[in-house]
Amino acid sequence: MPDWLQLMLTSLWPLVRAGLIFTVPLAILSFVFGLLVGLLTAVTRLFAPGPLAAIAIFYVWIIRGTPLLVQLFVIFYGLPSAGILIDAFPAALIGFTLSVGAYTSEIIRAALTSINKGQWEAAYSIGMTTRQAMTRTILPQATRVAVPPLGNSFISLVKDTSLAAAITVPELFQQAQRIVAVTYEPLILYIEAALIYLVFSSVLSVLQSRLEQTFGRYGGFMERAR
Amino acid sequence: MIRLSGIEKRFSGNTVLKGVDLVVAKGAVTALIGPSGSGKSTLLRCANLLEIPERGTVELGDVSLTFGETRRPSQTDILKLRRRTGMIFQNFQLFPHRRVVENVMEGLVTVQKWPKERARARAMELLTKVGMAEKAEAWPATLSGGQQQRVAIARALAPSPALILCDEPTSALDPELATEVVDTLRSLAAEGATMLMATHDLRLARSVAQHVAFLEGGEIVEHGAPDQLFGAPQEPRTQRFIQSLGA
Repeated sequence: MPDWLQLMLTSLWPLVRAGLIFTVPLAILSFVFGLLVGLLTAVTRLFAPGPLAAIAIFYVWIIRGTPLLVQLFVIFYGLPSAGILIDAFPAALIGFTLSVGAYTSEIIRAALTSINKGQWEAAYSIGMTTRQAMTRTILPQATRVAVPPLGNSFISLVKDTSLAAAITVPELFQQAQRIVAVTYEPLILYIEAALIYLVFSSVLSVLQSRLEQTFGRYGGFMERAR
Repeated sequence: MIRLSGIEKRFSGNTVLKGVDLVVAKGAVTALIGPSGSGKSTLLRCANLLEIPERGTVELGDVSLTFGETRRPSQTDILKLRRRTGMIFQNFQLFPHRRVVENVMEGLVTVQKWPKERARARAMELLTKVGMAEKAEAWPATLSGGQQQRVAIARALAPSPALILCDEPTSALDPELATEVVDTLRSLAAEGATMLMATHDLRLARSVAQHVAFLEGGEIVEHGAPDQLFGAPQEPRTQRFIQSLGA
């Protein structure tokens, strides 16, 4: 067996393990929390009175306009100077949640406003309150519209979690760096790390198309251009 | 009975309804006709408060709501009135993510809090009535326009509303499909439903309504029985409109 393959095999489990313990939970948790923040932000922008909507707009502006890596540094290395100490993993979780929230709020807002005004009126005409119309009629249809771009966001996020290495979270990429520090084999280890990320994202892509089918089963739109 | 009095509606400074009065007696069908932009759709939408009038009173059964500069009815009052009406839209507006029978059940389950089984039984009864029972499990997207509109009629009827509003119910359908919708509405009228409809469809107005009101420029110009209004209109503006329809 060639040396490079030997090295890949012996480092496989430490890398996958770091991925399963840190990368995957970080991605899933920050996506779930981020979606909630995104939904809240989108609904605030669409329905809340001016000052609240302005706060939502300000939040999206700050997060989208600054680099994620810088945000992580501010939270983990910067906040302690202000007396706020946060461990590496929670710091990363907060950073990624805020980031996901800002980007997905725009996806959710676009999906909500894409639903025909007539659907609101139909819901109101049978006596629904705004909340009922939103949860029973508009959100389920908006979900179908939002799944593909949200899938995009999630896959981006999985890869972005490698930035957490820079704030000492021992996730997949940092684990690769550590092994490189001992073996001096950067090419092999970083390619191996890349392949593991590729496997994670591919699984997610499959999951996304399943979700698309579930939420789109009622039809009535073009599934493929002919 | 529904009574609309002194209904005024403006859209960004543009007065669309100039103090309209209209009464539809219980069990009667009134058709609103008039050119595009005459305000007939807006008047209809004021009856279930999809549009909130600037001024006027909407009275339906024991609910009476008055609008004015200092008066704005609460959301609760608006819902109370809406829940006594059903509406049929030009473009059907079925809920595409729910099956046919679920569309009809939706108001009963979500708004009236009926148990699912009872709601389903009621929905099937109504679907049978509009001839759509065999499509109960179909998705709306797989139905023709006429079929969708008949399902929409069943959905509007589900909570037994005191008033049914029809906004151009046949305008999105070609004549053949319009026929099945006209037939369905006619049999509803024969059963004593109270209806107010805005329409361009002379056949619909003539065969279903006992009373026709002609609107132009945000006011009712003339009203009367269909034969009288279509056959011998009194006002020059009504005459011009009837002629333009080629009837």
